[in-house]
Amino acid sequence: MRIVVTVKYVPDINTERGFEDCRVVRSPAEGTLNELDENALEAALQLVEAAGQGEVVALTVAAPDGDVALRKAFQMGVTRGVRVSDDALAGSDYFGTAAALAAAVRKLEEESPVDLVITGMAALDGLGSVVPVLLAAELGRPALHLAKKLAVSGGTVTVVREADDVTEELSAPLPAVVSVTDTANRPRFPNFKLIMAARTREIEAWTAADLGLDPATVGAAGARTQTVSAAPRPPRPETQLVTDKGDGGVALAEFLLRNDLV
Amino acid sequence: MTNRTILVLLDPATEVRTGVLELLTIARGLGRVEAVSLESPTVEALAQLGAYGVGTVRQAELPPALHGDERHLPAVVAAALAAAVRRADADVVLLPTSFANKEAAALAAHHLGAGLIIDAAAVSEDDDRRVVGSKRVFAGSWDTACAVTTDVAVITVRANAVVPAAAEAAVEPVVEGFAVQVPELPVTLVSRTVKPRTSGRPSLEEAAVVVAGGRGTGGDFGPVEDLADALGAAVGASRDAVFEGWWDAYIGQTGVTIAPRVYIGAGISGAPHHRGGMQAAQVIVAVNSDPEAPIFEICDFAVVGDLADVLPQAAAEIRKHKG
Ligand SMILES: Cc1cc2nc3c(=O)[nH]c(=O)nc-3n(C[C@H](O)[C@H](O)[C@H](O)COP(=O)(O)OP(=O)(O)OC[C@H]3O[C@@H](n4cnc5c(N)ncnc54)[C@H](O)[C@@H]3O)c2cc1C
Repeated sequence: MRIVVTVKYVPDINTERGFEDCRVVRSPAEGTLNELDENALEAALQLVEAAGQGEVVALTVAAPDGDVALRKAFQMGVTRGVRVSDDALAGSDYFGTAAALAAAVRKLEEESPVDLVITGMAALDGLGSVVPVLLAAELGRPALHLAKKLAVSGGTVTVVREADDVTEELSAPLPAVVSVTDTANRPRFPNFKLIMAARTREIEAWTAADLGLDPATVGAAGARTQTVSAAPRPPRPETQLVTDKGDGGVALAEFLLRNDLV
Repeated sequence: MTNRTILVLLDPATEVRTGVLELLTIARGLGRVEAVSLESPTVEALAQLGAYGVGTVRQAELPPALHGDERHLPAVVAAALAAAVRRADADVVLLPTSFANKEAAALAAHHLGAGLIIDAAAVSEDDDRRVVGSKRVFAGSWDTACAVTTDVAVITVRANAVVPAAAEAAVEPVVEGFAVQVPELPVTLVSRTVKPRTSGRPSLEEAAVVVAGGRGTGGDFGPVEDLADALGAAVGASRDAVFEGWWDAYIGQTGVTIAPRVYIGAGISGAPHHRGGMQAAQVIVAVNSDPEAPIFEICDFAVVGDLADVLPQAAAEIRKHKG
């Protein structure tokens, strides 16, 4: 079982996040592995462990700071990390990012077949949930998104997905692309041995040229959308805080009525 | 006004949901509006579409080889949308945001080489006549605007982006069929079940008012439901409450993203993951027994108290007012 897990380097949601020149600020002090990718890594590690053999490769498209995300993947037990970095990729939209990820998966395929690509359900910065969809489309592989249950047997992958009030069971032949939700599993905590090993593990850096990507189709040059403005919202007005002394409910109702919210 | 053609996804076509009415209202501000459906619209639906200025409903004729529920697969919806855009020579496709629609939108944009915007709160046009989608990001703390630089734009729009408004003059919609080729599906749909909508309550995604309960309910959602019903609101929860099995749908970055007029959180601490799914609400109210609860930082109005006392009293007061 050979699995590629895509991971993203994102600003920590517990910090002040923001934009500069219409691009997300990614400062190494506050950057981290997208938490939802931990579920993808966990799913992949479990499948390889169950198969008794194989490899999990963590793949990211990021500037060199993005190594933080790969190191976290190593801490969970991943043994190989690939980072695709290129100035030509800066400013990529969903399609550019998916094209770069797909090209990297194809390059990994040249070495030996990739049975599954597993992704998280979304990146906590953009929350689009569409890169996994586009990655599957680029690769021309069956796509099973938002799996809360995932099983592989006899060359078939089966998932249960729950989204928008609908529960579906879907299956497809391998190789396929699967995205898993935050309810699919509980990501493991790294142990000391893995944390130490993660520090020195080598990260392979690939460029757009290594992947045969045409610079005109990726990055800002190939983007189909352009962020034209980004501005912080004005702070909310002071909170009106009422302590319940037996009439807190009445105060709540009055607030709603006074503001025409009923 | 321009000569743009805007397609709005109508799915299901048996009713016109509030989210679709909002999209039609936005679409009229951009150009000529048509609807795309995957089944025959009902008479009631057609009348409502007409009132909202929809002149044409393009109804997909799907290959007979597709089995019943397969038409709901995003790949099929995407093929229909892409074919409709080509047929109508349309410029913009609008879909209500949902997980399934995000997937369909992405695939349709992939087929069409179109620019894609997910979860816009407003759609407009800039000085260069490009379509611009605005959205609120980072848990409601930043506003961004994205211009689409390709000929076709595919945009999912979040609920409650506008107040739905009928067109000045109603029209009589015509239904026009169009053939859709669907490439062989690489995925098998083994089963599909739809959770019935709770009768009498609006859906969480679309509701104008939402009352949500968290771990602080201790498992009793009675007071939460009571206040919701007094207000005609939807009921939601935190992820912890859903994991406990106390409720079935949670609000947040990985659950349902909402942007109602009013959000009332009871016994919810306000973790960043939860905030990411509700901070775009216009008015935020919280009831929490801890005066230091983080959710108070983002509230307009808050009561420090036990939700089991505060919510029923508020519900009674509102019922009294409504008479
Ligand atoms: C990857 C990931 C994704 C996540 N996604 C989501 C998500 O989408 N949505 C989500 O909600 N969470 C999500 N979470 C979980 C999130 O981090 C929090 O753990 C969760 O939101 C907390 O739920 P809570 O507020 O109900 O519980 P708690 O944080 O335990 O808060 C309970 C609150 O109730 C108050 N309280 C107790 N008793 C009473 C009473 N009698 N009356 C009034 N108040 C009372 C307490 O003071 C406290 O503030 C996610 C977590 C992870 C790791």
